[in-house]
Formats: sequence, C-alpha cells, structure tokens
Amino acid sequence: MHLHKYEKYWLGAGIVGLIVFLIILGFGAFYLGTHPQSHGEIIDPENIEANDAFKPENRGLTKVDEGRYVLNIVASAFNYDLGTDESGAPIKNIEIPAGSKVLVQATTPDVIHGLNFAGTNINMMVEPGYVSTMEVELNNPGEYTLVCNEYCGVGHHLMYGSLEVVE
Amino acid sequence: MATPANVVEKFSSKVFHNYGTVELSLSKRERRLIMSYMYVAMISLLVGGLMGLLQVLARSGEFELPWGINYYTILTVHGVILALVMTSFFIIGFQNALMGKTIGFSKKQLNWAWVGFWIMLIGTVIAAVTILIGKANVLYTFYAPLKAHPLFYIGITLVVVGSWVTAAVNFRQFYLWKKAHPNEKSPLLAFMVIINMLMWCIATIGVATSMLIEIIPWSLGYKNTINVLLSRTLFWYFGHPLVYFWLLPAYMAWYAIIPKVIGGKIFSDSLARFSFILFLFFSIPVGLHHQLTEPGLDSTWKFIQVILTFMVVIPSLMTAFSMFATFEITGRKKGYGGLFGWLKHLPWKDVRFLAPFVGMLAFIPGGAGGIINASYQINTMVHNTIWVPGHFHLTAATTVVLTFFGIAYWLIPHLTGRKLTDAVNRLGIYQTILWGVGMTIMSTAMHIQGLAGAPRRSNFSDYGGTEQAAEWGAYQMAQAVGGTILFFAILLMIFIFIKMIFFSPKGEQEFPIAQEEDHAEPTPKWTENWKLWIAITLVLILFAYTVPIMDVIQNAPPGSAPFDWPIGS
Repeated sequence: MHLHKYEKYWLGAGIVGLIVFLIILGFGAFYLGTHPQSHGEIIDPENIEANDAFKPENRGLTKVDEGRYVLNIVASAFNYDLGTDESGAPIKNIEIPAGSKVLVQATTPDVIHGLNFAGTNINMMVEPGYVSTMEVELNNPGEYTLVCNEYCGVGHHLMYGSLEVVE
Repeated sequence: MATPANVVEKFSSKVFHNYGTVELSLSKRERRLIMSYMYVAMISLLVGGLMGLLQVLARSGEFELPWGINYYTILTVHGVILALVMTSFFIIGFQNALMGKTIGFSKKQLNWAWVGFWIMLIGTVIAAVTILIGKANVLYTFYAPLKAHPLFYIGITLVVVGSWVTAAVNFRQFYLWKKAHPNEKSPLLAFMVIINMLMWCIATIGVATSMLIEIIPWSLGYKNTINVLLSRTLFWYFGHPLVYFWLLPAYMAWYAIIPKVIGGKIFSDSLARFSFILFLFFSIPVGLHHQLTEPGLDSTWKFIQVILTFMVVIPSLMTAFSMFATFEITGRKKGYGGLFGWLKHLPWKDVRFLAPFVGMLAFIPGGAGGIINASYQINTMVHNTIWVPGHFHLTAATTVVLTFFGIAYWLIPHLTGRKLTDAVNRLGIYQTILWGVGMTIMSTAMHIQGLAGAPRRSNFSDYGGTEQAAEWGAYQMAQAVGGTILFFAILLMIFIFIKMIFFSPKGEQEFPIAQEEDHAEPTPKWTENWKLWIAITLVLILFAYTVPIMDVIQNAPPGSAPFDWPIGS
C-alpha cells in the first residue's frame, strides 16, 4: 500500500501528537493521581444504613479535623439528603471554608443518579449497590449548585441543593 | 532472467486485478425496498424534529408543554426515533442501495431483506406505542433499574433482530460474489457495507445479551433483581460502536461518492479499505469511556479503554487527508492553480456536495469535543453536562445527518425515477445553510452551558434559585432559538422530500459512484483477509472486556428490583 509523502508527514505528526497527549493523560492520572472515581465499595441498596456513613445521623457535613470534612449524601428519586439541622429540617445548603479538603461519599437506595456540584470537580455517577467517593480540595469561594445530571425519572430536574465555599 | 509472464504472475498473486467497479442498475423491486426504508426515515425525522422543538421550548422555561405531556416522554421519543430509528432505517436502506448497485440481489435475497424490514418496522411500532402511552419514559439508553413496559424492550430488540436479518442477506450477497470472482477485489462500497455490518453485528451482541438474559426477564417479573452495572457495561459495549455505525455510511459517501460528484476519482482504494478495517478494530473495545465516572469499574481498565478509544484518531486523520487530497487533485486537474486556488473548482452550488461538506466542517469541532469527552480525567469536567448533547449534535446531527441529506438529494430521485431539479437543488442549499446556522447557535449554547455545569437530559428548573441556574437560563434561550431554526430546516427538508418523490420531472438521476484513476496502484490482497480482521477484532474485545466484566459479575452488590414509579407509570 502506497502512502503519499505528505500523508506520511500528516499521519506521523498526528500519531506523535496522539502519543504525547496520551502520555500527558497518563502522567496526570497515575503520577499526579487525578482519577475519576473508581472501584467504590459495594453496599446493599435495600439496606444502605448498614454502612455507618449513611445512617441518618451521619448524613450531611461533618468536620473531622482542622480543614478536613466528610460529606455523606443519600441520593434518591427525587431528593438529595444532606442531613438535618438542629430543628430537624432538611439541610439544602452547605457551607465550607475555602481551602478545605472534603471527602464526598454518596449512595442511592433506588435508581441511577448523577451527583454534580456544578463548577467543581465533584461529578460522579451514583449507582445502586455502590458507594461513590471522591476527595476534593475546595479553594475557590462561591456558590455551587448541586444538580442531578443523570436521568432518574420525571422529577429529575427537581433534585438540587447548594454548596457555598466561604472565605 | 525472469520472463515478463513470471513477473506478472508474481506481482498479481499479492494484489487484485482492477477491472473497475461494475455498476448494476437497481431493479424495480430493489427500488421499492430501499424507498420503504427511506419513508420510515423521513417520518422519523419529522416526528423526532417536532419533539426536539418542544424540548428546547420547554427547557427555555418560557413555554409549558400542552395537554400535560411529560417532558421526558418527549425526550424519550426524540432520542429513540432519531438516534435508533431514523439512523438505522436510513443506513440500512442506503447500504442496500449500495449492495444492489455493486453486487445485486437475487429474488430470494430480496425476500429476506423484506423480512428484515418488516421485523424492524414492527419492533419500532411496538416500542413507539409504549412510549406514547407514557409507559416508557426511560430515554433511549433505558438505564436499569428504571423499568419501562416490557414491550418497549421487546420492540427495541426486534429492531436489532431485523437489522441482523439484513446483515445476513448482505453477508450472503458478498460471499457469493467473492466465490464467483476469485481474483477480483470486492467493489469498494460493498466492502465498506460489510465492514459496517460486521461491526454492527458484533456490537449488538452486547445489547441483545443484556436484553434477553437480564432486562426482558426482569421487566416481565421472571427475575427479581438485575445487575445494574453489568447491564450498563453491556449497553455501552454496544453504545459506542453505535455512533460508528452512523458515521461509517457517511464515510462511504465521502470516500467513494463525493469524488464522483465533484468530477474526480477515488484518492486511494487501499487506504479507504484500510481505514475501514481500523474502524472495525477500534470501535468496539472502548465502551468504558462512556462510564468513566462510574463507581464500580477499575481505573486501570478505564484507562486502557481510553487508549484504545484514541486509536480511531489514526483512521480519522487518514479520512481527512483523503478528502482534501481528492479535492485538491481534482481541482488541479481542472487547471486551478495556486496554494488554495483549487478550492474554487469545488461545486459549491451543488447540494450533493455542499451538504456533506458542511457536515465535514462540523466534524472538526465535533471531533475535538470528542477527544475531550474521552480524556479520562478531563471527562469529569463535562460528564453528563449539556456539553455532551452539544457534542453529538455536531457529530451525529450535523456531520452524519447532513451527509445523509446529501445522499438523499440524488438517491431519492434515482429511486423514484425523477430528476433533481435546479429548484430543489436551490432549496437544498437553503436547507443546508439553515441547518448550519441553527446548529451553530444551538450547539455552541449547549457547549458553553455545559462548561458552566448545566446538566443534560433535564427539564427546565431554577435549582432553588442559584445564580448559576440563572446564567444557564440565558443559554437555554439561545438553544430554543437554534432549535426553532432547526425545526424549520426539518420542515423544509420534508418539503424537499415530497417534491422529489411526487412532483419532480421524470428522468434518470445519476447514482454517483467514483472510479479509481486509470493507473491506480492495485489493491493488495491482504485487505480482504476477513478471517484475520474478525479475529483481531474479537481478540481486542476479549482483551479490553474480559477482566472488567468478570469483575462486575464476581464483585457484584445485591441486585436491584425494578422501579417504575419514578418514570410516572
């Protein structure tokens, strides 16, 4: 099979570019450790409270150390359970000081959801049977909308909350 | 000293004789079969386009859907009828036209092709009814454990089974032709059809397995629970090659039909075949790149499939080179000089060229967006945001669809025994421009809005009144403007179809098939080592999927019961 001279240059440049690109992705993933969430632990979707993180009293934001938080969320059709305040009312807005490290853990007792704090790196599928986890550092102050970005039923667009990163 | 005869002998044992592509004429019965596919595709386009219009209007927040119609019913119809029905009917109809034109159908083969058509149509109607009565608001990806009416799954499965019947007919045609022509290379377009159908058959095994052993028994109540991640993994094993099943017929037209339309020759027969072989290899073992943000899959295997995904960059670059090389060579032969002077020769006023060309242009940002989507950790930035539908409205709904329209302008008059008139050609040019403008507005708005975090597949919502949601609202208005323009473009296209079918003057419209140069380099015989190509494809699939699927099965959590109340049924 004959390749035109210019086609060789074109494909050569393309293939070199591709290799460099893949090396950068691999460097970011395996050396710097920026993976999408993977290999979450399993959980019984009909008994999520068997896992301590999803017991009603442990849902929502917990400070574990100076500048370190855990945020446990139960996503269900069509609500995000971010815990309750002192009066027992459901929390919809979470505040975290800028520069904190937050471990987000989520699961669902029903169907698939897409947990995304829009504008942050917290974007992960939540699937029955699995605990989705991701640790992020929140450095930029602002308000980030919590949305469901995987179709979960007719009330899909009514699942929301918000996260405020404060100075 | 070798005699010339020996040299010829030695030379010809590794390459095919080139007798040029013989063109058959399509029989009346063949034409009727192909037109039947085209009718379904046209009706699907109209219905799907109307659903698209209702969607963009509803999501702008300024309009409410009438008669209590659910947004997600409309979204399901839009996805199923355009992504699954319109595409597969147009593609199979077009491919049958290519097979009829290059190889021909026997009477028996044609009967079986009709069987395939009817199975697909019956499946479509069954699935459509379940959606329209609101029992299947599960979108075209039907992710478990949302549960639609069992007939929805059965209908979709029938569409796939019908396509298999046609694939079997195409394989049989090809096999008999090869047997009758032992030392000839197969017609290029027939070769391409066979590659696409092979890919389709291997890919649909995934979704068919999931349907038959998991989803259908579970939806009927014979199985209590389902392995959700397994069903998703099998879906995406099929879901990514599905997009190449749309794209390859467009490439068939680019490689082997457009050169004829512009008055040129095929750039390289062997390169075209080689790029299709590479697409066969690298379309399937890559589905995990749709599942990058899922909890149950291992990061190493995700990354391996990301690498395999990017291998399609190579045949894509080959295709881009071939296109522009054909354009330039043809222009220079016609005497247009200068660095870019050859661009002037291109038939800009011929819609058979212009529509696919605009499609090619859309593939530049479309392909770049695709690279971002598949980029492992970068995917997290855009995953499930409205950026993603913005992306595939460039690739599928512009590159592929405009190329299909470009084909329809000559194929439909050819089938109905009429001519493509100047008036229809002009309307087609307006249609192409309208489509380009509408899609630029809509897709750009979706891309920007996606980067700002707005979710895909969602009805209008103010998300509790956040500032971000208000910002998204502005782009949703732009989407509505673009979507409305696109709907008018669809109405214009339907008008053009009606003109071409019923009102254009009788005559013989050319079925353009490009030939090779007279002294083109012969095609090597290894290009048709089918057993090897299938073996490599299967080995790559086994490599990429064995461990992840074993893992999904062995480390499975308790299964999920069906959920039908979230979809309102």
